[in-house]
Amino acid sequence: MTKGPLALPVRLRRALYGALWAAPMPAWQLVFFAAPFALLTALSFWSVRNFRLVPDVSTAAWDWLLTTDYVRDTLLRTLAYAGGAAVLVTLLAFPAALAIAFVLRPRARAAVLALLVVPFFTSYLVRVYSWQTFLADNGIVNAVLRPLGLEVAGMLNSPFAMMVGYATLCLPLVVILQSMSLLAIDRTLIHAAHNLRCGPLRTVGAVIVPAARPGIVVGAVFAFILCFGDFVTPLYLGGGKHPTLAILIADTVKAGQQWPRAAVVALVMMAVLLTTALAALSFAYRRRGS
Amino acid sequence: MGAQDNRQPGGISRRTVLGAGGAVAGLAALGPSMPRIAGAKEPTELTMLAWYGHGEPDAVAEFERTFNVKIRPKYYVGGDQMLALMAQSPPGTYDIIHADAEYVAQLKEAGFLERLDPADYPFDDFWPELRRFDGHWFDGELYAVMTRFGFLGVSHNTDAVSEKEARSYRVLWDAGVKGRVGHLDWHLPNIACMSLYNGNTAPFDLTDAAWAETKTTLLSLKPQIRGIYDYGGLLSALKTGEVAVVPGIGDWITGVLARDGARVTTTIPEEGGLQFTESFSIGRGSRRAELAREFIRYALSPEGQVRQAMLKAYPALIPSRSGWKRLNDLHPDEAKRQRMALNGPNALDDIRRGRIHVRRLPVRQSLEDWNDLWSRYKNA
Repeated sequence: MTKGPLALPVRLRRALYGALWAAPMPAWQLVFFAAPFALLTALSFWSVRNFRLVPDVSTAAWDWLLTTDYVRDTLLRTLAYAGGAAVLVTLLAFPAALAIAFVLRPRARAAVLALLVVPFFTSYLVRVYSWQTFLADNGIVNAVLRPLGLEVAGMLNSPFAMMVGYATLCLPLVVILQSMSLLAIDRTLIHAAHNLRCGPLRTVGAVIVPAARPGIVVGAVFAFILCFGDFVTPLYLGGGKHPTLAILIADTVKAGQQWPRAAVVALVMMAVLLTTALAALSFAYRRRGS
Repeated sequence: MGAQDNRQPGGISRRTVLGAGGAVAGLAALGPSMPRIAGAKEPTELTMLAWYGHGEPDAVAEFERTFNVKIRPKYYVGGDQMLALMAQSPPGTYDIIHADAEYVAQLKEAGFLERLDPADYPFDDFWPELRRFDGHWFDGELYAVMTRFGFLGVSHNTDAVSEKEARSYRVLWDAGVKGRVGHLDWHLPNIACMSLYNGNTAPFDLTDAAWAETKTTLLSLKPQIRGIYDYGGLLSALKTGEVAVVPGIGDWITGVLARDGARVTTTIPEEGGLQFTESFSIGRGSRRAELAREFIRYALSPEGQVRQAMLKAYPALIPSRSGWKRLNDLHPDEAKRQRMALNGPNALDDIRRGRIHVRRLPVRQSLEDWNDLWSRYKNA
């Protein structure tokens, strides 16, 4: 009899307690994602008059996006570079992760993983700048190669230099992600493969890679996302000659304050990243045979 | 015995330490009132929005001392950023505004500038060619005062490209510099140089036909290009020799490198060069407009002009005759290097011969058209 009236406040209190703990995440999303996203979308329909943004309902920026050939070219180039970098970094990282997970002893493994964090102590911009010293025609790489008669001209400001920059940006992170994923593999599976006379290569292909697929794909997705939006490498190692969407955004804003154009490019970038990330993650966590 | 026990190894007693600490604490407490005791006055703060370098000690320390002022600079990179900063700040945020001429009109139109009294500034001391700069006057009223200017043409590594070769923009297409042409990443001067090369006497005022021709000329240059750089990137590319020739820049970049011994210079081609023009204005709503005016007057004094010419961040020509005279007296080498000789041929001859065109915003096309062409060029 007395339970009825008391039960409601308790339930209410519990609900409130739960809501309090759950609140920060949606609040964060609202303030730092939903609201800026709404503003960005609105901005894409505004106009610019005399270098100043004016609220408007104009589709000029969208028309520009859809009808301008170099915007499409830039999008395709950015996709190619970011995709290429993701594949390259994944391939480069895998042997290293394999060694960290299966060859090194625990103490050495801990030391190597700690060393992989060290590059993040220095600004990425500084690291990319220092690559210029290495890759310039009169740089360190050519100083080493010249006596061997192997001098390479034009390394800087090339797609090669950009791949070096992208690897600088995300290789350590991808190695760490892959290593974590490989370390989590159930060792009995590997022993079973060996017992069934599976050679080393086949063990990697048939057991380790499928088992570590989520980690490998998540690493590649991270690499793609970081490279797709990167501004520093295309500018300082690509020499601005191979412009990506991030450079295009800077260009539209730098000359004439074309924020609506920058907004539509940003929205396209978000759409591409979201689609790629969702597709990749659904592949990563897809059950075998489904 | 007890006193000895209290001694520290270095022979300092606890009492000494406490005493010293007390003295420090006492001084700290007195600190804020010390200047008043000494009779000194807190310096007045003067805010400045400027390109990098204009608020540094080499430019302002003497003024700060003389007027007991502390200049607080806010630096920008590019006129667009400057306009955006102005639009976001309440009136009175910036007392002094340093701007390129093409942006003064935008500042005036947006109502960001105070009107100036021409009688306050020594225009009589300016070289006649520079006395009345159109871009600073609106309906007969003055809103900005020229303090520095410079020419943009073909900047080149003298080992790779001779001055004779650099006397035409044609050198940019030369097989000898294939893959060694650089650009500063700004559409305005680069496209204008192409327009000059095509023979347009008003490089920013282009008919549809001339505009189409300019596009073709620019796009044909792409195979020669090494890179499109920001300021720092271009300095480094010119210094290492990776880039041999750059159109649309001037002594404001090569002068900095030459100071460090790099073999680079700027030549104004026969087809013509461009002029950038820097000025100071007083921000609308400034509460220290009197002091801001004094600062502009200082920048135009012979001493101020010498400092303006030799600014550490980047050198430039100066408009005042007494400034030229003082520069020749104090720094004859720099006067010679910048072609500011009082007698004989000098930089002003280029203006007199009609070879110099003031950099400005496009007249018939929109800024977006020019920017679009630049983006297309980068993508070509």
